Amino acid sequence: MNLTLKVWRQQNAKAPGSFIRYQVKDVTPDMSFLETLDALNEDLIGRQEAPVAFDHDCREGICGSCGFLINGVAHGGQRGTTVCQLAMRFFKDGDTLTLEPWRARAFPVIRDLIVNRSAFDRIIQAGGFISAPTGSAPDANSTLVAKENADTAFDAAACIGCGACVAACPNASAMLFTSAKITHLNSLPQGQPQRDQRTLSMIATMGNEFFGSCTNHGECEVVCPKQIPLEFIGKMNRDLIRAVWHKHREPLVMPSIVQLPSAEDAHEQSHEGVPAQP
Amino acid sequence: MLEARIPSGPIEQKWDKCRYDMKLVNPANRRKHSIIMVGSGLAGAAAAATLGRQGYHVHCFSYHDTPRRAHSIAAQGGINAAKNYRNDGDSVLRLFKDTVKGGDFRSREANVYRLAEVSSNIIDQCVAQGVPFAREYGGLLDNRSFGGVQVERTFYARGQTGQQLLLGAYQALEEQIANGRVTMHFRCELLDVVIVDGRARGIVTRDLVTGQLECHAADVVVLATGGYSNVFYFSTNAKASNCTAVWRAHRRGALFANPCFTQIHPTCIPLSSENQSKLTLMSESLRNDGRVWVPKKKGETRVARDIPENERDYYLESRYPSFGNLVPRDVASRNAKEVCDEGRGVGPHGQGVYLDFADAIHRLGLQTVREKYGNLFDIYQRITGEDAYEVPMRIYPAPHYTMGGLWVDYHLMSTIPGLFVGGEANFSDHGANRLGASALMQGLADGYFVLPATVPNYLASAKLDPVEISDSAFKATEAEVKDRINKLLAINGKRSPDSFHKELGKIVWDHCGMARSDGGLREALARIPEIREEFWKNLRIVGTGEELNQSLEKANRISDFLELAELMCADALHRAESCGGHFRVESQTADGEAKRDDENFAYSAAWEWKGAGQAPALYKEPLTFEYVPLSQRSYK
Repeated sequence: MNLTLKVWRQQNAKAPGSFIRYQVKDVTPDMSFLETLDALNEDLIGRQEAPVAFDHDCREGICGSCGFLINGVAHGGQRGTTVCQLAMRFFKDGDTLTLEPWRARAFPVIRDLIVNRSAFDRIIQAGGFISAPTGSAPDANSTLVAKENADTAFDAAACIGCGACVAACPNASAMLFTSAKITHLNSLPQGQPQRDQRTLSMIATMGNEFFGSCTNHGECEVVCPKQIPLEFIGKMNRDLIRAVWHKHREPLVMPSIVQLPSAEDAHEQSHEGVPAQP
Repeated sequence: MLEARIPSGPIEQKWDKCRYDMKLVNPANRRKHSIIMVGSGLAGAAAAATLGRQGYHVHCFSYHDTPRRAHSIAAQGGINAAKNYRNDGDSVLRLFKDTVKGGDFRSREANVYRLAEVSSNIIDQCVAQGVPFAREYGGLLDNRSFGGVQVERTFYARGQTGQQLLLGAYQALEEQIANGRVTMHFRCELLDVVIVDGRARGIVTRDLVTGQLECHAADVVVLATGGYSNVFYFSTNAKASNCTAVWRAHRRGALFANPCFTQIHPTCIPLSSENQSKLTLMSESLRNDGRVWVPKKKGETRVARDIPENERDYYLESRYPSFGNLVPRDVASRNAKEVCDEGRGVGPHGQGVYLDFADAIHRLGLQTVREKYGNLFDIYQRITGEDAYEVPMRIYPAPHYTMGGLWVDYHLMSTIPGLFVGGEANFSDHGANRLGASALMQGLADGYFVLPATVPNYLASAKLDPVEISDSAFKATEAEVKDRINKLLAINGKRSPDSFHKELGKIVWDHCGMARSDGGLREALARIPEIREEFWKNLRIVGTGEELNQSLEKANRISDFLELAELMCADALHRAESCGGHFRVESQTADGEAKRDDENFAYSAAWEWKGAGQAPALYKEPLTFEYVPLSQRSYK
């Protein structure tokens, strides 16, 4: 197969970017999309041109490093597949494919197809954990977990944090990502003590990081390589209502959570991003 | 030189005694101590989170954009623990014995016992963090079996156990980052270790986005940087997995132990073309229900379903009746190679054997098989385009794990005082062959329980003067690092970094892979320095060092593989016995099994760097077996 790739090239976060057209020859159907980029890069090095920078690591669809838009579709369009596992048999000889990085204000471009997704880590820091200091755990079988709940928790925990959901959303919303972690932990008995706090803090942080809100387009679910279902967003919203209506001894959103997301964007921050307490 | 610091007394009391004898740091004084943790996989993230929670200030470094990308995430099958929830005869002693035997008697008994001892606490810890392990309908934890053992002691989360355990450790780490006890340094790669007055006191890193070199000082340095299987180029490791941290530490004086002990995993998807960038693992758990076979006839052309039962050779079941398809990895790999070498391999290049689920689907039903292994069947379909529910999978062995690593004592401290090593990066627990579902166990044992006890003991007992990065040792090390990067950039030759990596990988695979011979190893030892020389003359990196430059990152890592590969082959050549994954063709039993030579090789080989182009010096740590008597392994 011979393909034309139009690739977004951008030297660094501050430089302007543009699409550059490349021809890739002798692509075989068994090659993965990233192996096609490897071949392009070998070719570019041969011509003394800078290779295309892209994040990747495990190439088994589990580390969540890779991802970009192919013809506007996050991870290229095969259901439940990351670009590292997307075989070229999915495309046709002569295709022209446009590659660009995730587009979201919360994910600034670092170089070419690489973006900065550390906003996801900050959402996790806000409450995407169960506090369990090492050594303090009771026997594993002392906590019974109904299989149904364990399976729901697992389905949600399968998220790899790649960011495709944000890239696919017209609002650049991180609600699929956030709801996956909230569903994982809130479905388990171990997650109950911090349940309301977790829900409120993570949702507040999502706003602080300039992710948009969900308006039920459902694009996120379609591109999610782990097929995290949209219903988890509904679950998260029910948990939000629960958290807001519960009477608590003191306000639950920790002050440290309401922080400036990133230095460059700090001066533009104007909204509170904290749900009102009843 | 090699003081292993194994506590005295009976084996079941050693760890308790060790902890009792340790010095402690008062909770109020802990924040005055800083710890550098390099790596944020299972061992690194678990140790950073635990030490941060104890009150120390931890600086954690990762070359990824977030700790959750570490390669621990790709582990599929499960994690062992001596819980005996199945009531099938398991115990700490049995896990200990299985692991010593599985490692073919080349590991340190005291370390292995400790590993088995803390294994139960790991499961407790992970469940408390919300790791969604597989459950029975009654709400209790489910178990399955793995290679080399006859009990069901493996806990699992579908085929994504590593991911779920890593997310547990990652979330604990993020909590400590939010609390200000851990500072995370992203996209930041270690390029050297700084030694001040004979102790590890800091590191030099490169910011992968800006290219800036930075020095970091601390009271102690911990490396949890994983293994070096990528020396083979084609391996199941992630593309960025590398040996740079351990190798640079080795060049600074840390001894490197048993580098030739590498694990070739029996169940990987066969290589389909040389353009492929890596190999993909299919979890060993598949051997629980899948049956391995090849046609009896050489050069068979029929498809699998057309070959009648009596013309199939279920070679593992017939050769090893008591363990069947669940023999240890080294045995399964070697047998696959053997039947393929006989010309009975299947698939396009004859480099593959069948892993067949037809019986399992018949016995358990499609739905159960899908629930247990669904994601693995999906991976297989995406890569090969074949539906393994309909036709048998094709599998072939591939490099997967390295038992060798930096030599550490019982406290996990290397031969450089103040430099600790955890997880796959050290050599400690698996001897010459690792059993399935034991890597996750060891990474978390080191991270949650061992390092958080031994590192504070070091901080409390060592007399540490304050060190600043303005110290001359930091300046000198940074200058050396800078010089090496500039040298790489200045070569301006014709060949890409990958082309050298592939060339090196092929040599190492051919001569230091599944079967090793005196002649082959000598040939590799002659070829590797030639490739290295060519690399330093003819490498081409486009771009500069002051920007995000992935070719430079690669080339820098390959430059270390080119040195490590030579040590691997030298180690393999000196060890003129077969043991575990190290199979010397000159040393086999009458029926082709690995033949150990306990008289001459019952030791761990620890090598000292003597300078570029100089022969390394060998130190031996003798191994004694008081509790599991030395015996020839038999899985028949």
